[in-house]
Amino acid sequence: MYAFVEKNVENTIVIFKLDDVTQAVNTLNKKGISVLTESMVQNLDLYNVRKEITMGKQFTRILCVLVAGFVLSSSGCKKSDEAPPLKVGAIFAVTGGASFLGAPEAKTAEMFVDKINSAGGINGLKVQLIVKDSGGKPENAISLAKQLIDEEKVLAIIGPSTSGETMAIKNICQEGKTILLSCAAAEDIVNPVASYVFKTPQKDSDAVRWIFKTMKDKGISKVGVITSNDGFGIAGNAQLAKLAPDNGITIAISEAYDKQETDLTGVLTKLKGQDVQAVINWSIVPAQSLVAKNMKQIGLNVPLFQSHGFGNIKYVQAGGEAANGTIFPCGRLLVAEVLPNDHPQKTVLVGYKKDYEARYKEDTSTFGGHAYDALLILTEAIKKARSGDRDKIRDAIENLKGIVGTAGVFNFSSVDHNGLALDAFEMLTVKDGKFAIYEK
Amino acid sequence: MNFPQIVQYCLSGITVGSIYAIVAVGFNIIYNTTGIINFAQGEFLIVGAMTAISLCRIVPLPVAIVLAVLVTTALGGLVEIVFIRRVSNASVLRLIVITIGISIIIREAMLHIWDEKVRSLPYFTGTAVSSVTVLGAYISPQVLWVLGVSSIIVTGLTLFFRFTLTGRAMRACADDRMAARLCGINDRWMVTLSFMLSAAIGALAGCVISPVTQTQYDMGAPLAIKGFTVAILGGLGNSMASVAAGLFLGLMEAFMMSQFEVAYKEAISIVILLLILMFRPSGIFTRREVSDLRTL
Repeated sequence: MYAFVEKNVENTIVIFKLDDVTQAVNTLNKKGISVLTESMVQNLDLYNVRKEITMGKQFTRILCVLVAGFVLSSSGCKKSDEAPPLKVGAIFAVTGGASFLGAPEAKTAEMFVDKINSAGGINGLKVQLIVKDSGGKPENAISLAKQLIDEEKVLAIIGPSTSGETMAIKNICQEGKTILLSCAAAEDIVNPVASYVFKTPQKDSDAVRWIFKTMKDKGISKVGVITSNDGFGIAGNAQLAKLAPDNGITIAISEAYDKQETDLTGVLTKLKGQDVQAVINWSIVPAQSLVAKNMKQIGLNVPLFQSHGFGNIKYVQAGGEAANGTIFPCGRLLVAEVLPNDHPQKTVLVGYKKDYEARYKEDTSTFGGHAYDALLILTEAIKKARSGDRDKIRDAIENLKGIVGTAGVFNFSSVDHNGLALDAFEMLTVKDGKFAIYEK
Repeated sequence: MNFPQIVQYCLSGITVGSIYAIVAVGFNIIYNTTGIINFAQGEFLIVGAMTAISLCRIVPLPVAIVLAVLVTTALGGLVEIVFIRRVSNASVLRLIVITIGISIIIREAMLHIWDEKVRSLPYFTGTAVSSVTVLGAYISPQVLWVLGVSSIIVTGLTLFFRFTLTGRAMRACADDRMAARLCGINDRWMVTLSFMLSAAIGALAGCVISPVTQTQYDMGAPLAIKGFTVAILGGLGNSMASVAAGLFLGLMEAFMMSQFEVAYKEAISIVILLLILMFRPSGIFTRREVSDLRTL
């Protein structure tokens, strides 16, 4: 009697009764399918067990067969001699509250991989990108990371989009020896350094340093800080408070508002009462545009500094006239056209912008650029290591120097898993509804 | 705090309060007719605003708003006919939970139709930077629009419910459905009409607050919760009271912000709400006997 093995849903154990146990076990083992006996099953509590007992004449023994999707597909009808592709996983917040990060990142990643594959792949091997949507939730990121590492056995994971999700999966990737190239900004991701974990966005603290430097040049010393109450705002608030004294800036008042707040005139009135010389807002959309509008409406006519979360022309459009004059640190992607031709990043930036806008018919943002940089670093490391072995690739990443990405020029080392320095940022401003380089 | 500062805080409170009030008004209409709380009210606001935003690229702004109101009214009627009417054994609690489900469906549909970006209608008068001086403090002219539109809607509704036949028929349906039917009132049509009216008002409210608050697909739920809070505070079913309660809550929040840390603003408001409800459970403005007579 033969065991009839169906292509089942992953991780379902189907138990069949068989007459000749030994023969069946041998047949199945030859096919590469592991076999468990009933006593072993009784100790399993991981999977749903569906017992199917045939009412045959011989009621001898019940065998259970562990059917896993990847076992079938690898032992099945694979007749091609093609080399297995390089599997790269990606976890992005394509939907949900962080979709302004994840959606462009996913699009950029697909565009990048298509380009690589149409050029023949890396070292002759194609790249297979597996994109998963976490919805911006850390719990989803954890289960997706486990799925990518344990089942898909990916070489590396690009993303996630937010710091909360990245911190949730940092240890999982480190223990699973899977390279993680995060597109999130928190310092904690690379500090303390975990050997398999890297990040591509610039440092929060560098953004803060740039803001304070510009303020000193303008002669501003007393500021008011407002931040949103989410992870990004809280992290920014901490950096601002930490670095202010050393840079000669006094934070006269610091308030946190709800990230879904629909009107900020109350908070700004409080700042106005303290006679601040400038306002720093550290949040993401929609508050960024709202702050600019409310400030002008209540007559708080001081310079507005924003975080590097302001990196999309849509926020300028949403703010209308009020957005003119906003000053913020950002990657150079948004002003790619006006860079001097000999600037090291110009070719990469202009090329990325053109390809993205042609393919997806929407404006680029610096957020999509982080995914571009992550894939660029990974593919350069694979080329350099000339192998698909993850440890060799990891070592290659640490030795990468002078990689020109969208966020800046990357120089990695064993203690620096971010690779970007102060010069990765440029101070930008908004003039007549467009981004421009900030001139002193 | 000097006088202009106080006025500025008051204006800020009125801005926020008027937004809450205009959402709360929509709750009262459906409650007055059916006794159910429609938690999809917030979504009506956002659908109206998003439709107007998409349309105002093609047609002038007033036309876009009118069309958006019509589309949302149709949506409100559709929601009632498809979901609410067909529920057998319709207890109020069951219907309330169904409206929560409807709000989720509408929200996801909006995400697919319009994506997650933040948008806003152009300002009705002036631009993003224009401001009007009132007693030494500044306010955006759009806020005056919000206050004006809320007042007109509330006055219109109060007159409608008190003096027109249809309005009184709708109130009769809430009091006793069977008795209203015996009087010859088509109660099923009254319920549909109440949903459509509530959706229309929601759409108009959404359009008028869109320049101030900006519009994103998931803003419906927080707005609905705040509006519901204000409706309860004023006394369910009383539109004028909910406007007053909305302004009261807005002013309270602004005052709290000026004295304490802004981060605690919400907590303090909720505490005040709880205290008021403990001592006057039917709301600030509704007499207890009136609310006891309502069959919930």
